Amino acid sequence: MLDLKGYGPALLNGAVVTIELAFLSLALALALGLIGAAAKLSNNRIAVGIATSYTTLIRGVPDLVMMLLFYYGGQVGVNMLSDYIWEAYEVDFFFQFDPFISGVVTIGLIFGAYMTETFRGAFLAVETGQIEAARAYGFSSWHTFRRVMVPQMLRHALPGIGNNWQVLLKTTALVSIIGLTDMVRVAEEAAKAERMPFHFFIPVACVYLALTAGSELFIKWLDKRANVGVIQENG
Amino acid sequence: MADQAPLICRDIHKTFAQLEVLKGISLETRKGDVVSLIGSSGSGKSTFLRCINLLETPTSGDIIVHGDPIRFTTNRKKERIPADNKQVELIRARLSMVFQGFNLWSHMTVLENIIEAPIHVLKVPRKEAIERAEAYLHKVGIYERKDYYPAQMSGGQQQRAAIARALAMEPEVMLFDEPTSALDPELVGEVLKVMQSLAEEGRTMIVVTHEMAFARDVSTQVLFLHQGVIEEQGTPEKVFDNPESERMQQFLAPKF
Repeated sequence: MLDLKGYGPALLNGAVVTIELAFLSLALALALGLIGAAAKLSNNRIAVGIATSYTTLIRGVPDLVMMLLFYYGGQVGVNMLSDYIWEAYEVDFFFQFDPFISGVVTIGLIFGAYMTETFRGAFLAVETGQIEAARAYGFSSWHTFRRVMVPQMLRHALPGIGNNWQVLLKTTALVSIIGLTDMVRVAEEAAKAERMPFHFFIPVACVYLALTAGSELFIKWLDKRANVGVIQENG
Repeated sequence: MADQAPLICRDIHKTFAQLEVLKGISLETRKGDVVSLIGSSGSGKSTFLRCINLLETPTSGDIIVHGDPIRFTTNRKKERIPADNKQVELIRARLSMVFQGFNLWSHMTVLENIIEAPIHVLKVPRKEAIERAEAYLHKVGIYERKDYYPAQMSGGQQQRAAIARALAMEPEVMLFDEPTSALDPELVGEVLKVMQSLAEEGRTMIVVTHEMAFARDVSTQVLFLHQGVIEEQGTPEKVFDNPESERMQQFLAPKF
């Protein structure tokens, strides 16, 4: 059995932090991606402008720089907002911008931009006839979006979502830089203290590998389900 | 009210950019009419059909569905747009359309396709919508395929499912946009047979078609369109047997 020199529970906690961080960031990224894609495809010039600036900005700045910016800048921003709200409305609004929140926000924002592009392409891939049929049967735009465009878009978006998810999962390792005790951070401390880099980093690598391999299987399964109406029975 | 015309179109014009595709088309239907729109490609017949349920907004002209005129307004770019989207949605729900490419929602089973609009647009209770859907599936002869996805069926079956979807709306008028043009020749018959039975039941239908036998045998009114105008109009006997216009004579002449 692998002897983790007493770092086992800490590493396990770190792994939980990594997973929580990854799932929360994914949720934020999916939400932002959906909003971003809807904005980019809308006829509203302001919405298109905002969404385009968002994706251009995010995709052009290194992830690490973004993370440092949000971690060190985030609290300053919250403080300013809090002061403003207190002065204007006398409402006490404050929260601590801890490394976990900055991690979720940063990774969510970064991958929201990639998801925006994934979803945009996927929306464009939906056949116009499908949308036309919805309009011809009296669907409102919202109903068309929810019942026809989103489910059909997801089929096209799934491979892209899968890719983004895998990169996102690995990007969570960056939060160790801003002091969040995720799995990587714990392993780094243990490796330094015990002078056993292989002993600690290889198990961490294996955990990432297990997570990505597991999610790959899950995405394949989802993809199969999403394509049920498209691929012929024996196709 | 019972005798009110299900659909009246008055002087419909449609211009795309600079190109005038429809140059004043009028049509008045009585209940139970089967109107065939015929003409060569580019004559404007599909565009006219798409103007009726506002998939295209006519540049000018009136559309009156069972006494209810569609209201228009102009937007900032001085283009004509429907004044009230809610009204358009309600009117579309009364004019169900069958498309050339079927356009069944590919992520839904046949049954789900058919109950979607009755439940969400017409607010029919789910149980009743399913009963209705099953009855129409029997009618078009594909009840046993109700849990299939569109991609698992032949073109003819898909189009019959699409007709069941249109019927489930219990519409004022059914609009058919070249319903057999995308089908393999051996599948055309099954779809035409269903359409003929609908005509015999007294459903009001407007059919854009290249099937001359259908237009001649099933319709009550035939409109021959050429370059955006009605060249010939009347009963099938008049249009097919005694066409006045030279265009119609050419159109009917044997091609080889």
